[in-house]
Amino acid sequence: MDEILEILEDNARVSYREIADMIDLDEEEVKKKIDEYLERGVIKKFKTVIDWEGAGEEKVYAVVDVKISPERGKGYDLIAKKISNFPQVKEVYLLSGEYDLSVLVEGENMKEIAFFISDKLATIDRVYHTTTHFILKKYKEHGEILFEKERNHRQVVSP
Amino acid sequence: MISRNVEKIPPSGIRKFFELVIGADDVISLGVGEPDFVTPWEIRESAIYSLERGYTSYTSNYGLLGLREAISDQVYEKDGTFYDPEREILITCGVSEAYDLAIRTITDPKDEIIVVEPCYVSYQPCITLSGGEPISLPTSMEDGFVPTSEEIDQRITDKTKAIVISYPNNPTGATMNKKRMEEIADIVSEYDLILISDEVYGDLTYNEKHVSFSSLNGMKDRTILLNGFSKAYAMTGWRIGYLAANEEIVDGAVKIHQYSMICAPIISQMAAIEAIVSGEKGKMEMIREYNRRRRMVVKRLNEMELDIFEPKGAFYAFPSIKEYSGSEEFSERLLREKRVAVVPGNAFGECGEGFVRISYAASRETIIEAMDRIGAFLESLKR
Repeated sequence: MDEILEILEDNARVSYREIADMIDLDEEEVKKKIDEYLERGVIKKFKTVIDWEGAGEEKVYAVVDVKISPERGKGYDLIAKKISNFPQVKEVYLLSGEYDLSVLVEGENMKEIAFFISDKLATIDRVYHTTTHFILKKYKEHGEILFEKERNHRQVVSP
Repeated sequence: MISRNVEKIPPSGIRKFFELVIGADDVISLGVGEPDFVTPWEIRESAIYSLERGYTSYTSNYGLLGLREAISDQVYEKDGTFYDPEREILITCGVSEAYDLAIRTITDPKDEIIVVEPCYVSYQPCITLSGGEPISLPTSMEDGFVPTSEEIDQRITDKTKAIVISYPNNPTGATMNKKRMEEIADIVSEYDLILISDEVYGDLTYNEKHVSFSSLNGMKDRTILLNGFSKAYAMTGWRIGYLAANEEIVDGAVKIHQYSMICAPIISQMAAIEAIVSGEKGKMEMIREYNRRRRMVVKRLNEMELDIFEPKGAFYAFPSIKEYSGSEEFSERLLREKRVAVVPGNAFGECGEGFVRISYAASRETIIEAMDRIGAFLESLKR
């Protein structure tokens, strides 16, 4: 595993210089490698994990289980892509088991999400069943704990 | 009221410095000799689970057999040395207790024990408390903080009983290569000595894999291997270490242990088993992060043009500050003027004078801020 990716996955704001110091490369080489990753699409984007509730914003999320009858020769991809194109849809996964797709939908309120599902999602050809679970509270997102973090209780100086 | 022996030993130099730091809440510290990580959750969770199941009793004086077996397997896997879990491993309350037991088990009055310095603060005092004579063996930055076999040879008398060594080293971050270890092992055999090897930082090496003294030819029987869970698994507060040696030594050590400690806490022992079973991934992640911080610290110290030996293990850098002032004055002024805590090198033996210990077991943000402040401090001294 490339250490640059490991470092950036945890914190996208670490400077080139800091990364260079940590892995014993010079700044230019680090920049070049990151640019290459961006170009190849290995690094998709640098984004921020935000606790919207903490920021005082009302946002509502729902996980929607979707059943699909796949298309001959194309499987689930075409429909999954179609669903992914909606800006309200934040995540789409193909799953094993009872349902086919798991879709994370974001909205201003429950009504908006309910409307999106009944009007847009459930009406897509070959989608024959949906179950909607509204998210009540987020505890952890993108590997980040959203509640109060624990801290070390070390003394200031120790042997 | 107190004994001459106790009167004779000085309080830890670190303790002295701690008194200075305490109460100052705006201090950023690179003075901590323990991981900044909290113990990985799987390990903590298993301790909670063991409490729920009612594990609240004493254990065998030797410690839980399950833990000794896990340690035996781990040592065998790493070094190829087999310690019989039933007779050759003793679970202790941290490596500190293991060290004290090792010394008390082998020391007769007036026995001389050679201590390679700079070293952990308890090595000499425990020898004094046991009635033995600690014999300092100073090492220097020029020699990579590693002794030569000649230097050891020069200090051996007919009273010499043992040599105390700890690599990867606290406070220098030095490691010892296999060739040098073999030379030392030859001397230990030649003079029929015991080697006490504190390898608590053994997992924390960044270039080469650590080699255990007991894995060298013929050394298992002469080595008292000390190790524990504190550093590698971020478990300092759990107080779990172990002593591995031949049956005779372990038999002796367990006598002292049973009359002083009885046993290490069962909850911590249960957690230690889990650490071996499932802690490897978390450990490797922590080690990779220490390595990044190590490079960062070394780079910054080099840029400040401090004389520094590249640390290859543990989580300390040990730069020379000789050209500025003595260790204590430097550390005290750095603390007072820039609010950064480091530990004066002379706390680890006289040859540590002129150095300070910088711990990089701190968050990157802390390290960067502290390095900026140390840089500014050095500039102010130059003016």
